[in-house]
Amino acid sequence: MSRTLAFLTATRGGARLHWSDWASYSYLFLGVFLMFFPVIWLVLSSFKTEADLQRYPPTFLPYQQQTIILEGHADPLPLFQITGGEHEGKILAQLRRVGLRAQMVDPADPETRLTIDIADRAPVERFTLATENYTDLFGRFNFLLYFWNSTFITVSATLIMLLTNSMAAFALSKYHFRGRTAVLLLVIGTLMIPQTVVLVPLFLIVTELGMFNSLWGVIIPGAATPTGVFLLRQYMLTIPDEILDAARMDKASEWKIYWRIILPLSAPAIAVLAILAIMWRWNDFLWPLIVLTQSENFTLQLALNSFQGELQTQWSSLLAMTVLTLLPIALVFMFLQKYIATGIASTGGK
Amino acid sequence: MRSKGDSILLQVITPIMRAIEIPMLGLQRLLGINHLAWVFLLPNLLLFGLFAFFPVILNVSYAVTGGANVLLVDRPHVGAQNFAQLLDCANYLDPNSCREDKFWRAVWNTTWFVTLQVGIMVAFSLLTAIVLNREIRARGFFRAVFFFPVLLSPVVVALIWKWILQREGVLNAFLDWTGVGGYNWLVDADWAFGWSVFLSVWAHMGFYTLILLAGLQAIPRDVYEAATMDRASAWRVFRRITLPLLSPTMLVVLVLALIKGVQTFDEVYAFTGGGPGTATTFIIQYIYEEGFAGAPRLFGLAAAASLLVAGVLVVLTLVQLWLNRRSANG
Repeated sequence: MSRTLAFLTATRGGARLHWSDWASYSYLFLGVFLMFFPVIWLVLSSFKTEADLQRYPPTFLPYQQQTIILEGHADPLPLFQITGGEHEGKILAQLRRVGLRAQMVDPADPETRLTIDIADRAPVERFTLATENYTDLFGRFNFLLYFWNSTFITVSATLIMLLTNSMAAFALSKYHFRGRTAVLLLVIGTLMIPQTVVLVPLFLIVTELGMFNSLWGVIIPGAATPTGVFLLRQYMLTIPDEILDAARMDKASEWKIYWRIILPLSAPAIAVLAILAIMWRWNDFLWPLIVLTQSENFTLQLALNSFQGELQTQWSSLLAMTVLTLLPIALVFMFLQKYIATGIASTGGK
Repeated sequence: MRSKGDSILLQVITPIMRAIEIPMLGLQRLLGINHLAWVFLLPNLLLFGLFAFFPVILNVSYAVTGGANVLLVDRPHVGAQNFAQLLDCANYLDPNSCREDKFWRAVWNTTWFVTLQVGIMVAFSLLTAIVLNREIRARGFFRAVFFFPVLLSPVVVALIWKWILQREGVLNAFLDWTGVGGYNWLVDADWAFGWSVFLSVWAHMGFYTLILLAGLQAIPRDVYEAATMDRASAWRVFRRITLPLLSPTMLVVLVLALIKGVQTFDEVYAFTGGGPGTATTFIIQYIYEEGFAGAPRLFGLAAAASLLVAGVLVVLTLVQLWLNRRSANG
């Protein structure tokens, strides 16, 4: 403990802590609490049974009342600790409750029925994870279908975006042709047209192309982002042209130069763009909301949003589904944190 | 860093790329190397044209036509009527006096929201960036912690906070325990609005912190060392060195945050649904509801409103590009 404290309070220079260091660390730990607690609370809650979720004030960890199966009773019987009266200290199973009294039996002696005042009993609870919240998703809620829709959209849109953007970036960085500046200006121009301001005409175009209520209606329009072209072009400009000239001497075709030389050399930039694209498409909401109106086409985000309207009281399934929706992104984050941070800092977002 | 996943990806991609090579070689012979650039550009330009530029032109056609039909040939020309309907107001400050009162409520909600959200978010991002730029332990960890919510989807963010803020949620349990007493937050218009601002700051501040931190780290160390030699106070160093040298980054952050703030929809829509009443209905939600959620679908009104938003965004984006250029040159 004292070593942890020494570790935490030491500064890099090895000097004693200034008051401003204390202020900084307090701020940072408050930040850790504010940023992490909501997510931790979500995950813990998602393992609670519906009954446990109704409890107020809530407990931190998920608890479930213990039950016991006794011969002659079809359903498992809930266990109670007796806190008063002549049976104080015993653990009894409840058969039924009648008004202010409960009929109970001792599991060791199932034949004798005892009548206990309900004020004298407290449920026996133990830390238990309600994994049925998760397994239910696969049976009752079509979770796999939504998961598949989200995955299909994310993977296809990312691949299409990487291919078209890298081709355009290659042309804009390695060829000197008339109209190059015009094209660059055009790409900058698209920065000014976010999807949110062309929803109506985009809807018409997608409908006319027969992509309304189809996953392709989300994939194809989403593949047109100027950010990727800029990011890749910037990186490809740093690849020396001599490499291309050498390849041309060896009679390599332009397409071969593109996918055998330029693409592999741009791998770091492509990785950054891929991560960004996966994040954007997985979390996309407004455009899918407009294009996908039938529940069999819903992405995870749409399904979550529509369930929170439908199942106002069914928090247990909703919370489990929320956790599964954020899980893939959280995993990507854990493994690729460094790339994501540099990627986002260098592109300035979407 | 070759992994198994890479090689599977290569196995899928290689035959596709090989197949494209044959027609591309033909085109190369036909057009010559320099014209081939257009072939490389074509797919991307098609996407941009079809899903970005063409819609902008179409948007104008929608804005000057009426009715509930989506096909332009079925839509009667109404001139500037949609704009007139949106802008018909006795007093712009009072939505009740406007013909399209919902639009003006959304406009004012968005204005207030953007002002509060951007102000609070940039202030906290700056504070966090400054703290993270100090000589602290585990900086990478703390940076990741503040950045983490940026990756969460808007719907997930909304549900996380809805679960905490609900009547019998953990926040109310805590407030009851301390004796302050819980509250039904999302039923009260002002609190729902306030929590929407909070949730939006919570979800996005990590992104701006990252940009500001990069800006802080770009300030040369020797400037600070010189200041320490001159025994300048910490506050003076901050006022006279850090802030002026950081101001280009600050401006970029401010404009970026404004551009995104004006377009806020997802997380607040999933959080409050725009309610209670219209307390948290913002401009993009207005467009969505007029054009897509309501019946009849008023595409003309939605398109006209989009054009007004687009005007604001174009100005902001031009400012951003100009700032980027200036900071790149300077």
